[in-house]
Amino acid sequence: MAAIVLTGLAKTFPNGHVAIRNVDLGIDDGEFLVLVGPSGCGKSTLLRLIAGLETPTAGRIVIGDVDVTAHSPQLRDLAMVFQSYALYPHMSVRDNLGYGLKVRRTDRAVAAKRIADVAAALDIQALLDRRPAQLSGGERQRVALGRAIVRQPKAFLLDEPLSNLDPALRAQARAELRRLHRTLGATVVYVTHDQEEAMTLAGRVAVMRNGAIEQMAPPLDVYAQPVNTFVAKFIGAPAMNLVPATLVGIGTPSGALAGIRPHDVVLGAHGQIRATVEVVEPRGHDSVLHLRLDPPGVEPFLAIIAGSAVPPAGAHVFLTLPVDRRHLFDGRTGARLE
Amino acid sequence: MSIRPVALVPAIAGVLLLAVLLFPICWMLAASLMPESRLFESRPFLPTAVTFEHYRALFDERNFLVPVRNSLLVSGLTTLVAVPIAALCAYALARLRMRGKGLVLACVLAISMFPQISIVPPLYLILRELRLLNTYPGLVLPYLTFSMPLGVWLLTGFFRQLPKDLEEAAMLDGATRMRALRDVVLPLAAPGIASTAILTFLYCWNEFLFALSFTLGPDRYTVPVAITLFRGRYQVPWGEVLAATVVATIPVALLVLACQRRIVAGLTVGATKG
Repeated sequence: MAAIVLTGLAKTFPNGHVAIRNVDLGIDDGEFLVLVGPSGCGKSTLLRLIAGLETPTAGRIVIGDVDVTAHSPQLRDLAMVFQSYALYPHMSVRDNLGYGLKVRRTDRAVAAKRIADVAAALDIQALLDRRPAQLSGGERQRVALGRAIVRQPKAFLLDEPLSNLDPALRAQARAELRRLHRTLGATVVYVTHDQEEAMTLAGRVAVMRNGAIEQMAPPLDVYAQPVNTFVAKFIGAPAMNLVPATLVGIGTPSGALAGIRPHDVVLGAHGQIRATVEVVEPRGHDSVLHLRLDPPGVEPFLAIIAGSAVPPAGAHVFLTLPVDRRHLFDGRTGARLE
Repeated sequence: MSIRPVALVPAIAGVLLLAVLLFPICWMLAASLMPESRLFESRPFLPTAVTFEHYRALFDERNFLVPVRNSLLVSGLTTLVAVPIAALCAYALARLRMRGKGLVLACVLAISMFPQISIVPPLYLILRELRLLNTYPGLVLPYLTFSMPLGVWLLTGFFRQLPKDLEEAAMLDGATRMRALRDVVLPLAAPGIASTAILTFLYCWNEFLFALSFTLGPDRYTVPVAITLFRGRYQVPWGEVLAATVVATIPVALLVLACQRRIVAGLTVGATKG
């Protein structure tokens, strides 16, 4: 296992598209780092740059203590799990697992032992003689993971590995990934567009936009202290409400935005903001209220209310935005104000 | 019940098509087994007497095994040379990032569009200077002028269809690009390569103009040239021509049948439940 350090990394495609802008990123040995962002933000390109499948236009990539910027993928000793799994369709599961070992001339007995161990760990022993086409989606995903693990690489690169699974399997696979990371102590770089996956899996999250990293911190820190309105809106579901700060009685600086997560909105008769309930979405243990604030020109505003005492649609309510739960952002740049 | 007649339409169409396609072949087969004297009767495709005289004459008097051997050698060698080189070329065009890929492909296509007759004179002069007239290389090299562009075009299409992820996975597994090509791309492109090989072989097998122009004597004639030259000054030995045509069809039919099974097998690899 090894640390990965990216310095001043940039990638512009031949067609002029700037995919990565000057990224500096240090991934510690054994860390689980999640790159998250909307589609087209450059997270997959960044992963492919680390893998060596793309060549950077500027910057350096160091894995362990070797500068691998100029190395082709096969010299970097990394393992990657693809969104499509990319299992070799003409090989059995056993040969899929063993291909990397065969190419690297691992001793046959050692290879067989490692394949057996990984198959046991992932519970795919029964599938070893099947072809990928004979496997279900979840089984393919486990084989793809197994192919990465069996190699014992310096680091794992995972590109949206769970996005082709149905929700129930995804939750299960997520738990398995966490367990695997704990037992292997491996360095993992994980790409996803799903903020929930990022929150639940990551040791640290790097939120990306337009080829740059907006914020990198442990998931709870990103949730509690988003550095700007983009991160505030992207992390956490439903997204944070943003309203002009003057609405909530904050005058300075002028043009500032106040943010509050739907969970943190308090309804009560002593609230200072009037609103009308437009839609109520009961979710069992709580309800999502879509509110229209009385001051005009404000976007839809969400509140999540626990329990069964929920005002009906059409009702007029008063809101309080607790001071300790409020976030303030610059109205022009979107940057967090303290 | 009203669906039935509609469902029969494709079947009837298929039978009709097959009849049209098979009719000349049946006639050829029947006529090759008929005595010369009966060939021009009013209903020539109903054999009333069977004789192997034409086949005997073909091999005993005309030494027809020589052109068959020549054709097999030339077509086989051309296929063996053209397909691997075309595969490498097509892979590069399908996958690698380089300037002028479109231009290269356009040129390849343009070259295969030249009327054959237009390149016969220059090729003749080149082959004469190289002392390759009336030799096997003297046919294989000209045949590459049409078989390579054909192969490059077909295989570029096949390689483009293969998912890129698989090669990238192989490279991360530690394989070089050439190793990934050998272990992952080629096995998956096998059906495409097999059909390209068949087409190349067929083109060479049927080729007439180059073979006529660049061979000088019966020891190097290919099958189409040999059959054409059966005709004498005053008569055409139709019985022998037809027998020769049957002999010329057999290797090709066998090859296509053999490869077809592989193609179908290739397409269904891993698709069946076990």
